Amino acid sequence: MSEAIILRGVRPLGGDPRDVVVMDGRIASIEPAGTGAAPAGASSVREATLDGKVLLPGLVDLHTHLREPGREDAETVLTGTRAAALGGFTAVHAMANTSPVADNAAVVEQVWHTGREAGYCDVRPVGAVSVNLAGERLAELGAMADSPAAVRVFSDDGHCVFDAAIMRRALEYVKAFDGVVAQHAQDPQLTAKAQMNEGIVSAQLGLTGWPAVAEEAVVARDILLTAHVGSRLHVCHVSTAGTVDLLRRAKERGVDVTAEVTPHHLLLTEDLVRGYDPLFKVNPPLRTADDVAALRQGLADGIIDAVATDHAPHPVEDKEGEWDSSAFGMLGLQSALSIVVETMVKPGLIDWSGLADRMSRIPAMIGRVGDQGRPIAVGEPANLTVVDPDAQWTVRGSQLASKSRNTPFEGMTLPGVVVATVYGGRPTVWDGQLVAGPTGVAVR
Amino acid sequence: MKRHLLSSADLSREEALLVLDTAKEMSSLARQSVRKLPALRGRTVVNLFFEDSTRTRISFEAAAKRLSADVINFSAKGSSVSKGESLKDTALTLQAMGADAVVIRHSSSGAAHRLAATDWIDAGVVNAGDGTHEHPTQALLDAYTLRRHLNDGTGDLAGKRITIVGDVLHSRVVRSNVLLLQTLGAEVTLAAPPTLFPVGVDAWPCEISYDLDEALVDRDAVMMLRVQRERMNASYFPSEREYSMRYGLDARRVALLADHAIVMHPGPMNRGMEISAEVADSDRSVIVEQVTNGVSVRMAVLYLLLGGQSEADPGDTGVGGEGR
Repeated sequence: MSEAIILRGVRPLGGDPRDVVVMDGRIASIEPAGTGAAPAGASSVREATLDGKVLLPGLVDLHTHLREPGREDAETVLTGTRAAALGGFTAVHAMANTSPVADNAAVVEQVWHTGREAGYCDVRPVGAVSVNLAGERLAELGAMADSPAAVRVFSDDGHCVFDAAIMRRALEYVKAFDGVVAQHAQDPQLTAKAQMNEGIVSAQLGLTGWPAVAEEAVVARDILLTAHVGSRLHVCHVSTAGTVDLLRRAKERGVDVTAEVTPHHLLLTEDLVRGYDPLFKVNPPLRTADDVAALRQGLADGIIDAVATDHAPHPVEDKEGEWDSSAFGMLGLQSALSIVVETMVKPGLIDWSGLADRMSRIPAMIGRVGDQGRPIAVGEPANLTVVDPDAQWTVRGSQLASKSRNTPFEGMTLPGVVVATVYGGRPTVWDGQLVAGPTGVAVR
Repeated sequence: MKRHLLSSADLSREEALLVLDTAKEMSSLARQSVRKLPALRGRTVVNLFFEDSTRTRISFEAAAKRLSADVINFSAKGSSVSKGESLKDTALTLQAMGADAVVIRHSSSGAAHRLAATDWIDAGVVNAGDGTHEHPTQALLDAYTLRRHLNDGTGDLAGKRITIVGDVLHSRVVRSNVLLLQTLGAEVTLAAPPTLFPVGVDAWPCEISYDLDEALVDRDAVMMLRVQRERMNASYFPSEREYSMRYGLDARRVALLADHAIVMHPGPMNRGMEISAEVADSDRSVIVEQVTNGVSVRMAVLYLLLGGQSEADPGDTGVGGEGR
């Protein structure tokens, strides 16, 4: 008894209109628009006329804070993955800085299971590099890799793996199971009590600066370490023009380094801090317009490989007080696609195929998520996103599916609306609305 | 006047001069036998201090009382989310008590802005020092003092050359002073070791110097900033002795100033560190007078922000112009 899904008139990667038929978790057929039909054996048919809408592979986020276990007041796996589905994602990487920390097989398995039960997208736990994120000794990376959660991305995100010897060992150790170390590059000594980008604005506002060099010095060191031990490095949330330069030179030399940029760093600048509204407090901080331009160009050129949200939910009370006692972080899952359309597709820096590379194909490759980020072709797993490129929406934190409301895009009208998300062959979002209890499970 | 005084940048030249002229009138009151005006009778001024500062608090308290306002002193402990009451709940409490103006001192830069920008409270907000950001009434009292000595107590400070010395990086006083002195036409030089300037200071409307002797020559006034001894623990400078040698104000350095120049300090002083006792107590020093002027200036600010009207007389906003 299988339901067939027919997406009529969609344009795969922005190309010519097609009818795309999904059944049993896979793409069953791709026919010229108007000719698609349910395969024999379909017990029922769910179809939608989607003329002009763009069909993308389901989006894959390398950097999501789902907060469960420990901070269920800010987000849960269920609420976070609902936000992910509405944002067009079919896989998210759940960061390790939970409570308890995801530094052992038990916690990553629990998170992975909870994600499967929720059913809105593939939840891929990220394992901590070091025990309790303390940066002192390696967590049981192999046990996490071998667990059913099959962890491949390891990160102390929120903290930098600052000890060069520990970083070297981590890079070496993950080679045994094709893992990657995702570094939150931040020299802790250069950023003690740091509150915002260090420069003209921080000098005026009297806020302690977070200098670009504190990111770049760590990225430079890690590139050298990665080359030395022949491993794989991923740089989280690149925020400075200088880091883009370092990555460009490393890639020219053939170092196996990848990098991500967040939607907020592609759009927002440090000038927003002037009102001291903690909604704009984030780590790494919002930088200058020159940095934003370099990040966009770096993403267009493939120097930065992927967009990752760094979705960081916080309850209202942690984001409305004084600047320096408020939490770092911003929501991102539901606005990411729109921000990338606004900053990259509309200005012509990338096309829809380029967006699919940077938000699905490449992040899936970096995270070694085999059934995601695949081509839109017959027989491929049906992890798909349909976006209306001509529609707009206005961001309202109170209307987002996340348990928290801390979006920095409040009130902004953005292009690109997700009208359908299909995960593991089942709709999680249909006609722009969440589908109740989708129980989708990824096809392996 | 605007509804709030959060930054020296909030003040146009005309508004700044209005505050200074009003303060001058207020100061004449201090010489009368009854030192009280009925201007703010029935209005409530809250001194909301999240950070200990007895000097600033009693200065505001004296100012409000001389205008016949009811004064509530509210000392709040801790400000972070993890400890104590939140800024929001404190503000809602003050709103419920019917505060007309809140004078806020806080260790977090921007705290006064948050109070003014949110809808937690309707009261006018006066920034009495926020973190390492600003302290606009200190700048106003400094300008008042400068004008009194350098320009017969009238007009602006056009062409006057002022040097400010010390921990620019961590000083809210210097940020407010640079902005206000520029508004009033003065030429400002900042002198400090390079470690105590913020990155980005080159965008400020002033000169910077690492050489105190050069920065003092023929200046009309020098303003010394407090330098916390703990700074040397974070390697901002190697030792108290070296700091004092290179950036401390002593009699030899005072002699480099113009003959009529005055020596200022916002207090509290580290005698022997940034200023020698000999200079602090010399006839060039106007440090004690700054305290007196502080009360007059804060009277003027409260008077203008609250529209100078009593509850019984809501029709006339008085000198305050656009009141609240």
